[in-house]
Amino acid sequence: MMRALLLSAAALIALPAAAQDVAIVNAKLVIGDGSAPIEGGTVLVRGGKVVAAGAGVAVPAGAQRVDAAGRYVTPGIVAAFSRVGLTEVDAVSGTNDRSAPRTRFSAGLDIAPALNPMGSPVAVNRASGVTRAIVAPGSSSNLFAGQGAVVDLADDMDMVTKPRALQYVAFGEDGSAKAGGSRAATFLLFREQLLAARSYARNPATLAEWGNEAMIQRADADALVQVINGTTPLFVRVDRAADIVNVLKLRQEFPALKLVLVGVTEGWLVARELAAAKVPVLVSPLTDLPSSFEQLGATQSNAGRLKAAGVDVSVGVFDDDDAHKMGYATQYAGNLVGLARVPGASGMTWDQAFAAISSVPARAVGMEGSIGSLRPGRAGDVVIWDNDPLELGSRPTAVWIDGKAQSLTTRQDRLRDRYATPQEGALPKAYDR
Amino acid sequence: MIRGVKGSLLAAVSLALVGCAATGKETASAGDKPAEKPVKFDKDPYPSTYKGYPTRLTVVKGVTIFDGEGGRIDNGSIVMTSGKVDRVGGPDMELPTDADVIDGAGKYLTPGVIDIHSHLGDYPSPSVDAHSDGNEATAPTTPEVWSEHSVWPQDPGFSRALANGGVTSLQILPGSANLMGGRSITLKNVPSRTVQGMKFPGAPYGLKMACGENPKRVYGGKGRMPSTRMGNFAVNRATWAKAAAYKKKMDDGKAVDRDLAMETLAGVLSGEILIHNHCYRADEMALVIDMSKEFGYKVSTFHHAVESYKIADILAKEGICSAMWADWWGFKMEAYDSVNENIPLVYKAGACTIVHSDDANQIQRLNQEAAKARAAGRRIGIDVSDEMAWTWLSYNPAKALGIADRTGSLKPGKMADVVLWNGNPFSAYTRPEKVWIDGALMFDANDPKRRPVSDFELGQPGEGDVK
Repeated sequence: MMRALLLSAAALIALPAAAQDVAIVNAKLVIGDGSAPIEGGTVLVRGGKVVAAGAGVAVPAGAQRVDAAGRYVTPGIVAAFSRVGLTEVDAVSGTNDRSAPRTRFSAGLDIAPALNPMGSPVAVNRASGVTRAIVAPGSSSNLFAGQGAVVDLADDMDMVTKPRALQYVAFGEDGSAKAGGSRAATFLLFREQLLAARSYARNPATLAEWGNEAMIQRADADALVQVINGTTPLFVRVDRAADIVNVLKLRQEFPALKLVLVGVTEGWLVARELAAAKVPVLVSPLTDLPSSFEQLGATQSNAGRLKAAGVDVSVGVFDDDDAHKMGYATQYAGNLVGLARVPGASGMTWDQAFAAISSVPARAVGMEGSIGSLRPGRAGDVVIWDNDPLELGSRPTAVWIDGKAQSLTTRQDRLRDRYATPQEGALPKAYDR
Repeated sequence: MIRGVKGSLLAAVSLALVGCAATGKETASAGDKPAEKPVKFDKDPYPSTYKGYPTRLTVVKGVTIFDGEGGRIDNGSIVMTSGKVDRVGGPDMELPTDADVIDGAGKYLTPGVIDIHSHLGDYPSPSVDAHSDGNEATAPTTPEVWSEHSVWPQDPGFSRALANGGVTSLQILPGSANLMGGRSITLKNVPSRTVQGMKFPGAPYGLKMACGENPKRVYGGKGRMPSTRMGNFAVNRATWAKAAAYKKKMDDGKAVDRDLAMETLAGVLSGEILIHNHCYRADEMALVIDMSKEFGYKVSTFHHAVESYKIADILAKEGICSAMWADWWGFKMEAYDSVNENIPLVYKAGACTIVHSDDANQIQRLNQEAAKARAAGRRIGIDVSDEMAWTWLSYNPAKALGIADRTGSLKPGKMADVVLWNGNPFSAYTRPEKVWIDGALMFDANDPKRRPVSDFELGQPGEGDVK
């Protein structure tokens, strides 16, 4: 806590002037750490950071006072695994930077310069309450997809919160296809690339010696060194129970790997192993169809069972859409609350479910101290909702990111207003405002 | 609203042998060739063998009822007998004494959800190449293919749609690679060894058509027509012109050879087969409406219809339904102008409004999609009650499928296709508790024996799980 507060004090100096001091009072206040909502709560944001949140927080003179009128006030949603910012229209390739299937690079790819904060998906997701996202590249021509980032969805040009925040790799059927057609090839290619990177780290000249026989490019080796030493978390897409167990074993040879597992459809079958390994997981929780042979055990109770076993479970939306509909996170979390009422099913409590879309994904990517909750020192990402945020159709009425009030108007809203009463007008539509 | 529904029902039910000349008289041919017989064929060669599962006299009482046609009864009751809705009423309604009685306090009762746009069975799980049976993407018009010939009844998706979504009937459509993708089929969502055992008795056939990007991309990519939207229309118009000529030959008793493609299109032109047209953009929908008038057919429903809000007045005037998602957008150019208020804006204009899935996951929560759309409408001042919003999920799709005389609402004498929800179905916290199809209890959250497990899932990890 002390460290977080010191960091926040340092960050305060660098913040843009537009960040305002704001106190949101009379809130049904959700901290986002799994604790119960606080009636009549206040959250105070100063210099872009949360400085206090709870009952009985005094509002200092000079702070803008916003009355939430008893509504839910929460940290912004953290999209647990996404491609927001990397695509505008998926099928229009010029707008779609998710994947780089024809590059000669892999782990060294860095998505930061591909992000477009002005894209309409950023605004649409922001208007549904998403303020931060963990963004991963889709794939490269090789096994490793490259380095993702943690981003904010603010209405400004600076989208990157933390560059190179993760390395992404898919095992299972996708990894097998990349590696040459078999899971055996995936594991060997993974190992050989990491060993090559380690040799390079010890003696950079080795890469030149290998010449055309090199497993990887210099830029890839630089990135993988950070994976081997645990500086960069390694996000691994994996679904089949047996694959999960084998991925956990990677740490026997590379003990510093900071694993985060993505998908984990059959995770409930090996929940004990996952809990013992203390590896966080990101799940798309309503995946319940055996859509492939590595997802035969799919069930909506996966997240609840993993949580009950002691695994750190984040809830995301990536199996259905990973860029445009990050706002589904609240709906999916709400479904987990509903599942808890179904005989034989496992879900989450409301408090757990909300944490699974805010502080838990922040923790998975190593940023629990700076985003994802309204505890002091975290970014001033705050949402006032018109209703229970996990209920269907609830929307933000106000959003702050880093303490700055955000626009919630989207291109979609403009279209809606234009056609509220569809008819040919007296003037061309260009003159409608 | 849908022309020809009644006629097609009769035709299908009677299994009529239909020919160009009902009298069977032979037509004289020119010259010295022997006279050829006009074509005769069975319009229902793969007839439904569906029989409802066993029923019991059942009462649900003290429950909040949305009747599917916009009516609501608080503290209401329903009596189901012999597979039918016997009666629905308030607390004063007389109830039988020998029935299974379910206390519905705090719960909600609705007609079963009807998904007008599904590919379950023809794109089943697992989605391996060997199962990819939804697009006969070898020619831009394939009205001769029938989706029922692709449906795999063991698709685990059917039972998910039942247990999590309360789906009791659904239309299985061919995909959208083709301008004319083939015939659709309407199914009861019941486990059966055969697709015939799922076929909704007497439901009219549909013809799937597709506008826009998909056909021109698929065939343009093969270096053949169509590669443009104008190509789409040219191929469609040429095909309709041919169909009109074929139908005239049939009507004149001069058609002598079977032509499966033309038989489907002639069925559309005679109003027996309903058009379900995948179409995103408003301007294309307007052009399709003109094309339908040019050749004398009627579009039942535009599917996906993300721009229906731009022409909701026209759709209302033409009596065409829109089957829509709540908020899907951005995956391709023609889905770029989606708005969250599409569904309520279509509703406000008085046009037929339907919530559809096109997805094996979303079919499990169409009630939630309707809830989001309802909320979006309310935010811009469109007052949509819960009970009216339920028409998007049952009665309107039933109308568009030509089965509203038998299901889609809780009126006496209709099929007892009913869902008991454990709370308000427009809440994220609510799930189906019981689902009846033709009065038979097919799903019960409290009874693992009422949780269908497909052949595929037998012996696999998680067999019989809550899913």
